[in-house]
Amino acid sequence: MKTKWAASPYLVWMVIFIVVPILLVCYYSLTVPAETGREFSLANFHRFLEPVYMKVLFRSVKLAVIATAICFVVGYPLAYILARSNFQYKNILVMLLVVPMWMNFLLRTYAWLTILERNGILNALLTWLGLPRVNILYTESAVVLGMVYNFLPFMVLPIFSVLSKIDHSIIEAAEDLGANSLTVFRRIIFPLSLPGVISGITMVFMPAVTTFVISRLLGGGQFTLIGNLIEQQFLYVGDWGFGSAISLVMMILIMLSMAVMSRFAGEERGLGLW
Amino acid sequence: MSMRGDKKPTLYVYNWGDYIDEDVIDRFEKEYDVRVVYDTFSTNEDMYVKVTSGGSKYDVLFPSDYMIKRMIDEDLLEKIDLDNVPNAKYIDPRFKDLDHDPNNEYSVPYMWGTLGILYNKKMVSEPVDSWDILWDPKYSKQILMVDSQRDAVGIALQKLGYSLNSVDRNELEAAKQELIKQKDLVLAYVVDEAKDKMIAEEAALAVVWSGDAVFAMRENPNLDYAVPKNGGNLWFDGMVIPKTTQNKELAEAFINFMNEPAIALANAEYTGYSTPHMEARKMLPQELANNKAAYPADEDIANTEVFVHVGEMLREYDRIWTEVKAY
Repeated sequence: MKTKWAASPYLVWMVIFIVVPILLVCYYSLTVPAETGREFSLANFHRFLEPVYMKVLFRSVKLAVIATAICFVVGYPLAYILARSNFQYKNILVMLLVVPMWMNFLLRTYAWLTILERNGILNALLTWLGLPRVNILYTESAVVLGMVYNFLPFMVLPIFSVLSKIDHSIIEAAEDLGANSLTVFRRIIFPLSLPGVISGITMVFMPAVTTFVISRLLGGGQFTLIGNLIEQQFLYVGDWGFGSAISLVMMILIMLSMAVMSRFAGEERGLGLW
Repeated sequence: MSMRGDKKPTLYVYNWGDYIDEDVIDRFEKEYDVRVVYDTFSTNEDMYVKVTSGGSKYDVLFPSDYMIKRMIDEDLLEKIDLDNVPNAKYIDPRFKDLDHDPNNEYSVPYMWGTLGILYNKKMVSEPVDSWDILWDPKYSKQILMVDSQRDAVGIALQKLGYSLNSVDRNELEAAKQELIKQKDLVLAYVVDEAKDKMIAEEAALAVVWSGDAVFAMRENPNLDYAVPKNGGNLWFDGMVIPKTTQNKELAEAFINFMNEPAIALANAEYTGYSTPHMEARKMLPQELANNKAAYPADEDIANTEVFVHVGEMLREYDRIWTEVKAY
């Protein structure tokens, strides 16, 4: 308890950069411009309930769920192979996964524009192979692809770190007791890796559901997500009240999903990245 | 302010993306021994929100007609002392005393132009003379729509036969439905990217401003530009000094510099937009001076409308565009 003072710089930081902004968001979301200053109103939240905005919310959640599912299906085996193999260049493989993250997120997303364009690299390759061309830029698939590409490491790394820490003697014990490799995976490895899976899912779902850059660049401004709606209200329309209301709804949504997730993770959390 | 510790005066300029010959900025910095901080925006609306939400300290902005009027009405602009801008004498009288700044007190014209359709002659067979072609299912997913609310809503209004400055709720609602109908056909909503996409032949039709069209046509001879016969938009961008300025004299010096004949010429040549500067106009290379997209004949723009600030109804425009994009 005596070392509590050591936390004070962080406390100050938190108050200035987290608590105050959240209070401001609450203030703006619950008020509308009046004759002088702003007056209390629920109009902003009421507006968000209109079907057109519910559609945006649904679209955001849908695309984020799809991207998260793909990341899991692709990421788990990858993490498993990385963690269980005795491949001597294993660390290099892990590093290859991380290296792209050193580059700016925006640049990497821009690169996909050049790849996916009608006359882009992908179609040049397909034509060369004698295959039909595809037009996926500015579609929902392109947005999902952008999400998977950008957020896959967030799925692989926590699962990898949990899998690497599993005590090998537990697996040997199971094998000694006659379990085949499928049973070992199903009854031992997968349940033990759950905290990593949960943390991976959370870390992919959250940035995916709030992104606005990926949907704007790869979706061509057609697939407005919650993040785009918020950006539009603040940067182009200047309606801070409505923008704040959407942000608040989004925050509540994220906290709810984190609460659900941490129930799944139970006592074993802490093994992941946080 | 500077990390290098020098005390050079600094000028903050906020302009449209790709709307100046950037060498001009270097030349101004050298000649006046100052530092220029140069930022860009892509629509009048984002410029307005950034400038009014506080924290910015711009000295010179480049808004369009209706936005200049709005900023004058909201008391956001300084009056420009034309004694400090002697080069304003080169501005063609046609571009003076315009409705948005009747006494030329707040703005000095920079460029003018039209909003129209840039199209690829190889991909579009029929004549392009109306906004209707942007709703033709034949060009599904080959249309680049402009991601700018007054322009987009204005196009839909004109297509329906209304004024692009409509403040009638029913007309605006009809325009919104029209834009939602169009959404399935649109490849992407873009502003500055449109010309690059058209040069690369990624789309058949794009709604662009005339200068972007001139720029793109220079790069790809398959492209052509048309202003719809039944409408179109004529616009004037000016240089203004916002109240946030901390160095009005330097801002005026910059505006004056921009109107030096050689500088105005460099900007007109680089951007492809139409210059209101009489001397620069005379010195333009033939191919640009004769370019119909940049310097249209009077009858080609006879039916165009100029945007007018719509006042309180602007919220309705905001709502419509938000809903169209969200749909």
